[in-house]
Amino acid sequence: MVARTRRRQRWRGLPAALALLGPSMVVLATFVLYPLGRAIVLGQQRCNVQGRNCVSNGWDQYVDTFVSSEFQHALWVTVKFALITVPLGLVLGVGLAVLADKYLRGISVFRAIFSSTVATSVAVSSLMWLFLLQPEIGALSNLGWLSDLFPVIKNPGLLRDPGTALTAVALSSVWASLGFTFILVTAGLQGIPDELYEAAAIDGATSSRRFRHVTLPMLGPTLLFVVIVLTTRAFQTYGEIDLLTSGGPKPYDSTTTLTYLTYGQESIIRGNVGLQAATAVLLFVVLLVLSLLQLRGIGKRVHYGT
Amino acid sequence: MEPDPGDRVIAGRVRRLSGPAFGRPTGVRLAGRYLLLLVISFVVLFPVYTTVVAALKPGDRVLQNPLVPDSFTLDILREAWTEGRLGRFILNSLVVAIVVTVCQVATSVMSGYAFAMLDFPGRGVLFVVFLATLLVPLEATLVVNRRTIDTLGWLNSYQGLAAPFLATAFGTFLLRQVFLSFPPDLRDAARIDGAGHVRFLWNVALPVVRPTVGALALFGFLSSWNQYLWPNLITTESDMNTVQSGLRLLRYSTLDKPNLLMAGTVIAAVPIFAALLAFQRQLVRGLTAGAVKG
Repeated sequence: MVARTRRRQRWRGLPAALALLGPSMVVLATFVLYPLGRAIVLGQQRCNVQGRNCVSNGWDQYVDTFVSSEFQHALWVTVKFALITVPLGLVLGVGLAVLADKYLRGISVFRAIFSSTVATSVAVSSLMWLFLLQPEIGALSNLGWLSDLFPVIKNPGLLRDPGTALTAVALSSVWASLGFTFILVTAGLQGIPDELYEAAAIDGATSSRRFRHVTLPMLGPTLLFVVIVLTTRAFQTYGEIDLLTSGGPKPYDSTTTLTYLTYGQESIIRGNVGLQAATAVLLFVVLLVLSLLQLRGIGKRVHYGT
Repeated sequence: MEPDPGDRVIAGRVRRLSGPAFGRPTGVRLAGRYLLLLVISFVVLFPVYTTVVAALKPGDRVLQNPLVPDSFTLDILREAWTEGRLGRFILNSLVVAIVVTVCQVATSVMSGYAFAMLDFPGRGVLFVVFLATLLVPLEATLVVNRRTIDTLGWLNSYQGLAAPFLATAFGTFLLRQVFLSFPPDLRDAARIDGAGHVRFLWNVALPVVRPTVGALALFGFLSSWNQYLWPNLITTESDMNTVQSGLRLLRYSTLDKPNLLMAGTVIAAVPIFAALLAFQRQLVRGLTAGAVKG
């Protein structure tokens, strides 16, 4: 009897719930779930140049795409990009936050400076770095001593040398996300109770030991979040590549990441909707595997406090 | 290893130290820390500095010495404004970002409320579906979304720029968490007073969740304003570009005029710098909202 009334009550809530949830459901279904499903189907089709008249080409198109040298190359470039930006971004973010966390006169000015790059969009930060890095007009090549030390800055230019292009783009990306990392880690540091540091100091822990045994473990959840966000961003990097190198320098495609391979103007699969869908779906799978690995691997070792 | 000054303060008697004063460096170490902070600040600000200097110098002077601000003009900014049609693009970005923000907040409040406060069949499954959409990266959907927008005839339109971002599972989740922390008595009291869901949501719940809504709004506004790939994919004629995709046009139309490009970059950056100065607190809340534990 009671159960039945409860069930009836639940059904009575349905119209109100549908009215409240309807708009979100329509948007998410149309622009997240449907496109994912459609992309999975499109990924096994071969289309003409306009992206119309697609005919099924079999599911092995996914395998073909995955093992193709273009995809493998883009995947490797993306992994390299992440291997530069994630550790560097994390270390710099934590270092700056710890440095600026101490009670010093005027520290709020430094904090404002360190967080300032959060205000730059990807286009703004990339164009700033474009001006910095270009060999003819760029600011770096006008620092005489620096370009004497690294001649590549002037000839052919950091963005045009296949050996340095990816690192240069990665540096601009690290700079752009520095403000974000700094703000997050600073907020995390402020959440650590002073008592822990006091207790550690009473036990005779030096400041470096306090950092290793109090700060780092207590920052665990924040750092995990930062690593996940930075890795995801690295795998989705598009704007920097598009504005700084267009996936080049050619013919090596030294900076063609997975997203650039899928959407870039200079990409080899540009205009081929079937292959674009296939790489987009593969990017989704790669990111999914990655976040599962991260949650399993790091999550176990994270201390969530009390 | 030399003793930290903080140790001595508390060695005798354990006192509650106020804030992070503890471990404060003095003398040479203090000077060293300031020096380090200054050097790092200089490095962090260097790209901004060169950009601003280039934007404020007459064209011929930039190529000679881009690092020293030895002459000053506003002409380049003016030229970039008209040639890059930045006024129009800023307006476009503003319209899209405001529409996206308002709709995101509305849909998030509504669906978050439904998941937290209403009981209905299929709630658990539906919530899992909502959460699952968080796993789908934007980049995996845009190939098909572009075709959808094309079919709807929304290329080069505000509808097209805004439509995919009018609701987010992130906002829904955030608001659901806040509504879940509401004392049930509050809802019961309102119900006894005869308030339906709409009245309760509007008069009681919304004022309480204002800080979260503020953070979500700022986050939504920024991510819409910063969209780069999507406007590039669906704008073909230049009137409907946003600031970000407009900067891309400017990059290729000013290949021989770097200072014009830098002036455009400065103009595009200023609105967000100003907005963030005004909304610093909400920004920190918005950014850290995803990092809260539990």
